[in-house]
Amino acid sequence: MTDPKGSVDRLRGFLTTQVAGPLAALLVAIVVFSATTDTFLNPANFSLMLQQSVVIGTLAIGQTLIILTAGIDLANGAIMVLGTIVIAQFALDGNIVLGLMLGMLACAAAGALNGMIVAKWKLPPFIVTLGTLTVLTATARLMTDSQSLPVERGLLTVMGQGFSVAGFTVSWGVVTWLALTAGFAYALGRTAWGTHVYAVGDSPNAAKLNGIKVDRVLFSVYVVAGLVYAVGAWLAMGRTPIADPSAYQTANLDSITAVVIGGTSLFGGRGGVVGTLIGTLIVVVLQNGLTQAGINSLYQQIATGALVVVAVLVDQIIRRKDR
Amino acid sequence: MKLRQTRAMHRWSAFVGSAVVVSSLALVGCSTGTPAPSGTPTSGTQTATQPPAAETYTIGIVEQQLANPFFAKLQQAAVDAAKAAGLEVTTAESKTAGDSATQVDAIENMIARGVKGIVLDPANATALVDVVQRARDAGILVVTVNTSLEPVDAADASFETDNLAGGRLMGQWAKAALGDQEPRVAMLDYDLSDKTAAARHNGFLEGFGLTEDSPEIVGTALTKSNVETGQTAMENLLSAHPDINALYTINEPAAQGAFIAISNAGKQEQIAITSIDGSCSGVQSVVDGEIGATVMQFPSRMGELAVQAIVDYVESGTKPSGVIDSGTALITDRPVEGIESHDTAWGLQNCWGE
Repeated sequence: MTDPKGSVDRLRGFLTTQVAGPLAALLVAIVVFSATTDTFLNPANFSLMLQQSVVIGTLAIGQTLIILTAGIDLANGAIMVLGTIVIAQFALDGNIVLGLMLGMLACAAAGALNGMIVAKWKLPPFIVTLGTLTVLTATARLMTDSQSLPVERGLLTVMGQGFSVAGFTVSWGVVTWLALTAGFAYALGRTAWGTHVYAVGDSPNAAKLNGIKVDRVLFSVYVVAGLVYAVGAWLAMGRTPIADPSAYQTANLDSITAVVIGGTSLFGGRGGVVGTLIGTLIVVVLQNGLTQAGINSLYQQIATGALVVVAVLVDQIIRRKDR
Repeated sequence: MKLRQTRAMHRWSAFVGSAVVVSSLALVGCSTGTPAPSGTPTSGTQTATQPPAAETYTIGIVEQQLANPFFAKLQQAAVDAAKAAGLEVTTAESKTAGDSATQVDAIENMIARGVKGIVLDPANATALVDVVQRARDAGILVVTVNTSLEPVDAADASFETDNLAGGRLMGQWAKAALGDQEPRVAMLDYDLSDKTAAARHNGFLEGFGLTEDSPEIVGTALTKSNVETGQTAMENLLSAHPDINALYTINEPAAQGAFIAISNAGKQEQIAITSIDGSCSGVQSVVDGEIGATVMQFPSRMGELAVQAIVDYVESGTKPSGVIDSGTALITDRPVEGIESHDTAWGLQNCWGE
């Protein structure tokens, strides 16, 4: 276990099989809904479900990075909402591009704040991000007087636009989400940074012994996650053209759900963004399919919750085998 | 009751913060509950014969977090009414949604200060019952506004929106707006275990002449009473039932979200959208043609009626009782025969919030 090269290789081996479970669950859900409803299986509906996935899916990418280091981010939805509000407020004054840049900056700064406290002061991420969640939510409300801000159509909502291929509409938001997933799959699997992220999550002490600067890796993960949330803010305005301080209040838990269902271990060091993409789709497909089937939406919550428990159970079994 | 939605939403939003808040509330509940000296023997008759009307006295106003414009409007109206009656006012408000602990402390302070009456907008229906009882034992008239305690008679009286009546107005208008079209109804709800949400839902069905199982209802979906979830829910319903022509929404933000989904699908002309709240942003949506009709509730009237009830009690000893409706009004620029409504110009003058 102290040989990080060996354990990283083993992890890579897991990654390929790990995606198999969630993928099977997704396919089963799609087959069942296609068979039981008339309206589920059609291009427009699939295009819709992809669009419904982008915001939580993007938040879940940042969440994946943090969970891989055995951390957790309860503030990601709040960081994103703050981003939308910063952007919208500057855009109202006519500075759209400046707004986007400052929104990025605000999200990165919020991530950096979390990262600094977690990495330097060694406080538990759960408590740190719980604190920043509260602070940022209140900040967003103060900035807007608890009202939602309008977002003018144009550059800020471009992520809701897209192109059509054979009746299947793909928004730029979907493209961005898929590209981010591909980019981070590469970064995690093929770069030194990615190897370090897994190593830190697997065992910080072992990573340190092998010369990895654990603090720096942790800090970088929170900052990068903050930037991903900023992209999420842009995507969110493309989907719903307002900046609403009361939106996405459960996005933090929704993103954790997607990550866990996607097979990433809450104990860190194992998992990846492709699984998270599938996990996000599972949640959205359940919500959409059960609505189409006319089933009380409380059952959707039961189904999602049950999947989380199953996913954690599978994770435990893999961990025991691993030892 | 945007407020109740928002509060409940916070409570159930399950972000772990609420777990912490709830457990700390429970602790506060225990610690304030146990040492309560139950033997403060102040009888009701004593207060009924108390001070001459000319003497000035103090009343307490306990609101929920003022960041919500509905609460802010209610509190302002109550304070103004009290000032106009020449009373001293002391105010307090909860810090976050569901924060009843702050309200409990505030009421204890008001009891100690010897206020004559308390206007309370409870952050939690049950957590405040005990402290309200202590206030009433001390001879203070306690009236709730906006939402009542459980049981309702834990307070002397309650001034709130009759949400069943509000829902009925929405249902009646939607049915009339459809004319002789065959109804294809969709409903965007909030968790129906919430009292307000259930009353609005049932009222709509009643007003439309439907029951829970009517085939005219093609689909229902849960929202969290905000724009984002309203949009997603409506997208899913439209995907399954492209022929929806009447829509119930739990509040105006949910309706605004639904409109985004509807206009993306190019079905603005096809669907009669109804909502409820009467916020200025919601009335503006009616002006803009996004919402067909909305039902206004009157937070300022709740505050005024509650203060008046305390003044009456102190001056003449008459106590209010039960749940008193603070009124609802249908706002639409497409009036239908047989249903009283106001146009949006009137709506914009009487709305609350921004």
